[in-house]
Amino acid sequence: MTLHGLKSSQLEGSLTAELKKQVSPYEQYRGLSEEELFTEASVDESNAERAGYSNYSYWGATLRCFFQDKVAVFFLVVIISVLLFTFIQPLLPNQKDPKTIYNDAGGVQIINQQPDSEFWFGTNSIGQDLWSRCWAGTRTSLGIGFAVASVEAVLGTLIGLLWGYVRKLDTFFTELYNIFDNVPQTLVLILISYIMNPGVGTIIFALCLTGWLSMARFIRNMVVIIRDRDYNLASRCLGTTTGRIISRNLLPYLVSVIALRVSLAIPEAIGNEVFVTYIGIGLPTDIPSLGNLVQAGRLLMSQPNLRYQLLFPVLILATITISLYIVGNAFADAADPKNHLR
Amino acid sequence: MARYIIKRIIHSLITLCIVIAIVLLLLRAMPIEGYFNNYDKLSKAQVNVTLQKLGLKDPAPVQIAKYFGQLLRGNLGVSNKYRAGYPIAKIIAKKIPVSIELGLLAQAFALALGIPLGIAMAKSTRSRFKIWDKFGTVLIVIIEAVPSAVYHLLIQLYGSEWLGVPMLFDADKWYTWILPVFSLSIGSIVYYAMWLRRYMVDEANKDYIRLARAKGVPEGKISRVHVFRNAFVPLIQYIPNSILFTLMGSLYVESLYSIPGMGGLLVQVIKIQDNTMVEALVVIYSALSVVGLLLGDIMMAIFDPRISFTTKEGSRA
Repeated sequence: MTLHGLKSSQLEGSLTAELKKQVSPYEQYRGLSEEELFTEASVDESNAERAGYSNYSYWGATLRCFFQDKVAVFFLVVIISVLLFTFIQPLLPNQKDPKTIYNDAGGVQIINQQPDSEFWFGTNSIGQDLWSRCWAGTRTSLGIGFAVASVEAVLGTLIGLLWGYVRKLDTFFTELYNIFDNVPQTLVLILISYIMNPGVGTIIFALCLTGWLSMARFIRNMVVIIRDRDYNLASRCLGTTTGRIISRNLLPYLVSVIALRVSLAIPEAIGNEVFVTYIGIGLPTDIPSLGNLVQAGRLLMSQPNLRYQLLFPVLILATITISLYIVGNAFADAADPKNHLR
Repeated sequence: MARYIIKRIIHSLITLCIVIAIVLLLLRAMPIEGYFNNYDKLSKAQVNVTLQKLGLKDPAPVQIAKYFGQLLRGNLGVSNKYRAGYPIAKIIAKKIPVSIELGLLAQAFALALGIPLGIAMAKSTRSRFKIWDKFGTVLIVIIEAVPSAVYHLLIQLYGSEWLGVPMLFDADKWYTWILPVFSLSIGSIVYYAMWLRRYMVDEANKDYIRLARAKGVPEGKISRVHVFRNAFVPLIQYIPNSILFTLMGSLYVESLYSIPGMGGLLVQVIKIQDNTMVEALVVIYSALSVVGLLLGDIMMAIFDPRISFTTKEGSRA
């Protein structure tokens, strides 16, 4: 809305300026004497060289656009600090091991201990420290998320570029897409996890199997739209190589799509991990992950005083996914060259 | 138009066959324990005999052909573990009504809440504080970003506490329906609201709306007659899609509230590793999703006169 208003007022301003010039083209020369008006202008070679140069830099404009969005910057800070903390946490002094079962002085396991100064998030139903388990789980889940997102980005972009750029492959990929798209991702995930052994690899594989679809389709549509635009035709006529056309002319339009898909793929992967763990075909319970922690917390949630075991993992999970979602959307908007006009 | 629909149906049928074939091939890789009720007690020879009898030793094309033959006769096979020797079709026939009732209720609920929310958001983009728009955006971000497996859980936990209703489902008590229906519809509510807002804002900036306003058409009539009707057309395609949403959501929600429906059943048979049941249910769910996408395209073609049927159909992009 505001963008529309801004653009139209900008356009109007430049139009009226243009109009004024047309009404009296000699306005600017009125003050000059006759002699000045009719002598030859000097030619400045260096000025001639400057023609066509603009100081527009794609990444500069993208970053400037992004940092104007204060909410997104706030969440970027949040996500970066959470990310850093998950890796710093085991290095801090006085941290407990996520897998050790703690006993009290009498040798009895400290089970379901409420959060206190010793166990910051309390202990779980077999006496493990929930604070360190939460961060270990975040590491596992984020690892899965990043792995899936990067495979998706690489595979999706490659297939999308091939699909859009090579005309012979178009029908083949379109049919392939139509078939794959008809099977809900949840079902594929369930099937693969059911057939293969539960583990980190299985989940990553199952998520990657269908994850590239939407990415490839977006890229393909973008490429088909932009491929034959006049400026690309001009580039080709001028002898620009295909590689340079792709990296210089196409990629800026694709960055926003890729960024958005990647930032959404991570929360999706984490959510799917929680889901398959609930069905009982997720990660083995001895690997702490957000899915396992949520599942363990779920079993105890009917007792109000043990609810912290569900709420702490959920809180971390929600912080990560919401931040990524907002940052991803804001970055996608900023990376779209159309939004760089101001 | 009829030709377009027929072509589209044939296309979907072919896709469905390929999908089922792929699912069957994948399922052949399942652990064979899932075909037996008492695998541990059997000798190797006995296992082989049973596998032979089930036709699992045949080459893959033969197995697939046989399965299609079975499907055509409406036979889904027999359960191994869930209820040993009992026909799957009969088990599912009992479960389906609950799922359909819940799904339809959730759909109605989603439309009834999502559309007003979308309209309110679009309208408030013109007001000063944009209260509805801000509220809606926050809701959309939360529901879209937080995994559904987590917010369904929180809805169950806090919903049952605040409303004072039991956590588990009981078909005879109407108040136990509230939370599952709400859980199932929340995704679609947000979906409708988000897209309706976007289309309505786009539509409201068009020239013919400006003309109507300049002509002095009352604001209420503009948004009712012009903006909403045009903005809703692209959403029609999402209605079957969002039924699918509900279907997939029901996998989780049904088992959370232990609703005796189909979604809960799939989770249950996966846990006890009943291969033939998993097979039948996955085939049914894939068929449903193919039909849903087909319905979406057909509805779109019927409701939007601007779509031409003569152009060659390509990807649904």
